[in-house]
Amino acid sequence: MKVEIANLSIAFPTPRGPSLAVRGVSLTVGSEKLGIVGESGSGKSLTARSLLKLLPPEARVTADRLAFDGIDVLTATERQMRSIRGKRAGLILQDPKFSLNPVMTAGEQIAEAWRLHRKTSRREAREATLDLLAQVQIRDPARVAGAYPHELSGGMGQRVMIAMMMAPDPELLIADEPTSALDATVQAEILRLMEDLVSRRGMSLILISHDLPLVSHFCDRVVVMYAGRVVEELRAASLARAEHPYTRGLLACLPTLSHPQQRLATMTRDPAWMDGSS
Amino acid sequence: MDGRFQLIVVEDLAIRFGRVEAVRGVSFAVARGAAWGIVGESGSGKSTVLRALAGLNEDWSGRMLLDGQVLPRRRNRAFFRRVQMVFQDPYGSLHPRQTVDRALAEPLVAQGIGGADTAIPRALDEVALPQAVRFRYPHQLSGGQRQRVAIARALITSPEVLLLDEPTSALDVSVQAEVLNLLADLQRERDLTYIMVSHNLAVVAHVCPMIAVMQGGKVVETISAEALRAGRTTHPHTAELRALSTELEEP
Repeated sequence: MKVEIANLSIAFPTPRGPSLAVRGVSLTVGSEKLGIVGESGSGKSLTARSLLKLLPPEARVTADRLAFDGIDVLTATERQMRSIRGKRAGLILQDPKFSLNPVMTAGEQIAEAWRLHRKTSRREAREATLDLLAQVQIRDPARVAGAYPHELSGGMGQRVMIAMMMAPDPELLIADEPTSALDATVQAEILRLMEDLVSRRGMSLILISHDLPLVSHFCDRVVVMYAGRVVEELRAASLARAEHPYTRGLLACLPTLSHPQQRLATMTRDPAWMDGSS
Repeated sequence: MDGRFQLIVVEDLAIRFGRVEAVRGVSFAVARGAAWGIVGESGSGKSTVLRALAGLNEDWSGRMLLDGQVLPRRRNRAFFRRVQMVFQDPYGSLHPRQTVDRALAEPLVAQGIGGADTAIPRALDEVALPQAVRFRYPHQLSGGQRQRVAIARALITSPEVLLLDEPTSALDVSVQAEVLNLLADLQRERDLTYIMVSHNLAVVAHVCPMIAVMQGGKVVETISAEALRAGRTTHPHTAELRALSTELEEP
């Protein structure tokens, strides 16, 4: 499975003409963990969602190539997209409270995902559900399966989301700020869990986050976006040798426990970053 | 504590929501001009303490003092002149149909202070916002600008104490740095007293020399930022939070 994006642009109409939210992004994802990092409005989520054709209807998408495992997403029909979405590429969002159906139990939702993509009996789906919940390290799968989303903590809800996304055994997982709403202790557990599942199943992962240190710890490769463009792409291990002033600025402005600073570094945004030159 | 006068004292504060004991006997004292941090995970009771201190919840037991005076359950106008609060989400705390001018004028009107025409431009200046922002609506501002407006509004009546509830958690990291620098400058210039609640240890340690760590409604450890940085923690929960925070700091 390979994801190819070449010269992707996404524009939104405004009264003053189209506004470009993503401007000429190119990247490929193979069997690896890729992080896309950027601040709000950098276009990181739009870029990942364009792969699943999950953009607002008014978005205008152009690209030289936008392909999922050789399937041209730009020209794909809704029917073709349904065979990718959920089934071959799963999506995990920030807050399970808004992604889970509030009037279905966790178990029913996971079983639904299982049956939809695997066409098995209810009974088989129910058994698979308990197995999936156990795989996301829930100690009492039967209890959680019978619980409604509001009865679950944030971390538990996110485990349920992950279990549901794993049901069809997808090749790609897109996780958009999957742990931003969670406590630090829970965040670490969820990331370890995702890492484990992804490497055991040989899946590809696109992790979208505003948190550069977190992403570089967790991914193999990191793409840094600014104002709709990729400004830097690097191996996660060589983050300390980042060259672009924006990437370096992102790292420098973080307060840390290990290196106390009198005053935090702030960024002077160079207009040249907007054009991708620097 | 360090011999300086304690401006804020909280004694044995307990708060319940139905059967849930959200805060179970919390005590601390903050000297004038100091910055006191409270860290903890969600549900630890940190924001509940701050909200009770701000007078947003009148159902508590224990004692709270400001400047040696026991605070009444229902806070009076004089209290809000001296103590103001800044919330996490500036979008939620600014009225969407009111201009910045109106948002900044409101505390002056509530306190019966005149001179809005000079106070508002000065307040914008102090938080480094351009004057052009004055007649804009919250949705026309960036997240960082909105939080600056919320800080300007809290400071416009010249309070002595700012209660800060996750003031930078909703902001991008580059904007967070600017707002934290601004808070540091304002504290020095005006001799403000801060109580800051956050889940982010590094942010709290940057602003506050003394930090209370909360878990399950209790303060499990009070530690100086210096001791926290050096790893001289005494409670396992503090050690765990510290490890999770420093783990990501080394690339």
